[in-house]
Amino acid sequence: MNHHSSRYDVAIVGGGVVGCAIARELSRFELKTVVIEKEAEVGFGTTKSNSGIIHAGHQSPAGTLKGTLEVRGNRMYDRLCEELGFGFSRIGELVVAMVPEDLAVLDELKKLGESRGVPGLEIWDKARLHREEPNLAKNLLGALYAPTAGVINPYEFVFSLIESALANGVTLEIDSPVEKIDTDNHGLTLHTPHKSIQSRFVLNCAGVFADRIAQMAGVGDFSIRPRKGEEYMLDKRLKGLVRRLIFPVPQKTTKGTLIIPTFDGTIMVGPTACDVDDREDLATTYEGSDEIFNFVRRLCPSIGERDTITEFAGLRAVSSTNDFIIGPTKIKGFINVAGIQSPGLTASPAIAEYVVEILKKEGLSLIPKKNFLTHVKGPARFALQHLEAQKELIQKDPRFARVICRCELVTEAEIHEAIDHGARTLDGIKFRSRAGMGRCQGGFCTSRCIDILSKRLNCPPTAITKRGGGSWVIKEMDS
Amino acid sequence: MLGKMEATKWQGKYDVVVVGGGPAGMGAALGARDSGAERILVVDREAEAGGILLQCIHSGFGLHYFKEELTGPEYAERFLKRVLDSNVDVFSNAYVSGVATDSSGIKQVRVMNEKMGVQAIETRSVVLAMGCRERTRGSIRIPGTRPSGIYTAGLAQKFVNMHGYLPGKRIVILGSGDIGLIMARRLALEGCEVKGVFEILPYSNGLTRNIVQCLDDFGIPLHLSTTVARIHGRDRIEKVTVAPVGPGLQPDLSRSWDIDCDTLLLSIGLIPENELSQGLGLALDPVTSGPVVSSTLETSMPGLFACGNVLHVHDLVDFVTQEALLAGRFAGEWAQGVRRPRDNIKLTAGQNVRYCVPQTLAPGREHTIYMRCKEPMKPCVLKVGDLMEKKLRFVVPAEMITLKIKPDLLERFRGDSLEINILPAVGGGSSEEE
Repeated sequence: MNHHSSRYDVAIVGGGVVGCAIARELSRFELKTVVIEKEAEVGFGTTKSNSGIIHAGHQSPAGTLKGTLEVRGNRMYDRLCEELGFGFSRIGELVVAMVPEDLAVLDELKKLGESRGVPGLEIWDKARLHREEPNLAKNLLGALYAPTAGVINPYEFVFSLIESALANGVTLEIDSPVEKIDTDNHGLTLHTPHKSIQSRFVLNCAGVFADRIAQMAGVGDFSIRPRKGEEYMLDKRLKGLVRRLIFPVPQKTTKGTLIIPTFDGTIMVGPTACDVDDREDLATTYEGSDEIFNFVRRLCPSIGERDTITEFAGLRAVSSTNDFIIGPTKIKGFINVAGIQSPGLTASPAIAEYVVEILKKEGLSLIPKKNFLTHVKGPARFALQHLEAQKELIQKDPRFARVICRCELVTEAEIHEAIDHGARTLDGIKFRSRAGMGRCQGGFCTSRCIDILSKRLNCPPTAITKRGGGSWVIKEMDS
Repeated sequence: MLGKMEATKWQGKYDVVVVGGGPAGMGAALGARDSGAERILVVDREAEAGGILLQCIHSGFGLHYFKEELTGPEYAERFLKRVLDSNVDVFSNAYVSGVATDSSGIKQVRVMNEKMGVQAIETRSVVLAMGCRERTRGSIRIPGTRPSGIYTAGLAQKFVNMHGYLPGKRIVILGSGDIGLIMARRLALEGCEVKGVFEILPYSNGLTRNIVQCLDDFGIPLHLSTTVARIHGRDRIEKVTVAPVGPGLQPDLSRSWDIDCDTLLLSIGLIPENELSQGLGLALDPVTSGPVVSSTLETSMPGLFACGNVLHVHDLVDFVTQEALLAGRFAGEWAQGVRRPRDNIKLTAGQNVRYCVPQTLAPGREHTIYMRCKEPMKPCVLKVGDLMEKKLRFVVPAEMITLKIKPDLLERFRGDSLEINILPAVGGGSSEEE
């Protein structure tokens, strides 16, 4: 193995949404920054399984860091969306009262939200609720409406963050699990299977593995327990069934099981909340699906298992303090950004600013770049264009007329664009372009995507993977 | 090369436009030609017409229609030759993204193509012939991880027969649909270890001849009333847990066992490709998932017809052809101005009948009714209201039932609804005739 050694100002361990948001924030300054990701692409851990909700900020408990950063983060999304071109829509959310006791909780949540500065909160009575959302269960008693809540595609967001960061000079190391950390007077050295990386500061954004990374650096004062959430994506024939995010009143450990109209219009239901021991336990279960559908039917009776097109699970990184753990440690230069569970996605841009402030306090000098590129180009999204725009696209690039994914109408030009923007795997293409996300789940496009990817990456089709590592897709025939 | 044809001579105005160049689309084009329609266009999204037949390199096609056994590509080639000889235009590498109708009933078919951009093609009638797609993991519930190595049987068939790659080496197949059975044999022939076919129902969903020729002849076990209850593996699938099912098809995990494998193929059913049908707002049949059609195979949109697997899933291509010829003929007649009175008899599925197509009938014409039973039964009697009954040696859900109704039969009928029932034969007393 070729052991290079490079020296950075800041090394970010973990290319999830938090790591990538920080990387982009740091790329505004004259710094040498690296993101070190163990998977084949960024966002392939907890981020890709995220529900994609931008919370309004009235649901996190009072007096928590996550509550503060959640409200700040929410306000940043309009600008981020404009600069980075990911899909974002403030569709609003409703916390619904299922039993009379819930009505008092709605009032409390409203007060809590207002004290944090969440704008536009309204209590809706039963009549208003059913007028606005006629497909909800008729016995729901009322709701708290929060207009600033929204939905994004979490993977699109993280891809655009890293793209912006890379365009502004950040380095990305993929397939690079950190295995050992050395500390000495010059800073910290991170060892991966490919190289050793020296850095003055290390930001521990390692999600469900953050306590292990902290232990490698000799910081053992917290632990992470993964909390699994299963989600079920429903067929787009249900598009429009509900228009806003539908929450029950918050449960003990979570915000409960939700109905999520995703940015793309499909309805998703979930997540469960189940503490697990295995940090790679991404298995869906019979119990999880029963729990979700039994509960969700009480919110919206016409939702059923038969409309599921796919299901998946993700792991929340729940810290032993049950709050975000963000700050310096006893090891000079080693900074934790850990325990980022819900509302981590919402808070991520605010976390990034917060961490930059911490780095400044810790002595990192921040000289703004003169030529910082604020914007990256979002995906073309042929399917969402009007006829005239589609004609124009095809005229410019005939590959827009070649349909690769029939369910989501994704064209060959968009597959190439996904690869141009960093896709290296079938999942990378899927998350960037939506090819394979529809109801046939890749039956039609998989062989086409393999073909294009292998040509573009200049490797045999047998070297293409679903998501890196050992996730090979096809094998050579024995001759 | 099969069906290679560029849109060099398309005219912009047609009598009949057929969406899809598989067996249904080719049959419809020929049917339209037989009706006397002049300008006929087949639009196909692939570089070569022929549809899914092109990847079905096994034999067994054409036994009913040609009375000889052909491979899929051979069957396709025979039809394509007829299509091209009949002066039908074939527009390949083209994708239909919508159909609009103006107030006079003239239709605009929106087509995307690399060379021609987005074009609106004017036509008097349209035949939908887009075929079907396979059900996926998401449409049934298989708990576990989401590694690579889980494919529908048809995708695996495409890997092997069209691209020359294997989906894996140690194979478990869930579902006993015909494509799964065919792939069990295909992969066994390629030296893969096919560990077994698991079927949740107490009977197979494939044709009997495929069970014999693809499993029995290769010593591949078929486990009935058994399903995959969990998928294991992080990056690539490593094993599956299979379990017998109890009442209500719930897996009995106490009797489960694990099987090491690197591939899981799903052959768990086909669904009409209803993307376009849904987009057009056509009335769909909740059982077939295809459009509701009249006795002329016309959908709820006047002048828009449907046939083949986009209408309901067939087990034999011969029947697709038969149905497509009819749909094409009616579409061609429509284009020439023939308007028939609306059907006045509703056809409903009664005991042990899952569905019947078409959903309505009219007196005075011969009809072909396609139907499927819910459960195997033998011997039995098929009854059309009180008008007609036919003794059947057996029925199974895997095999479509075809019933011809003679023109005069409905003349005697005064009601507005006919129920079809499949009932156990009582003491073998029923006659073979109606």
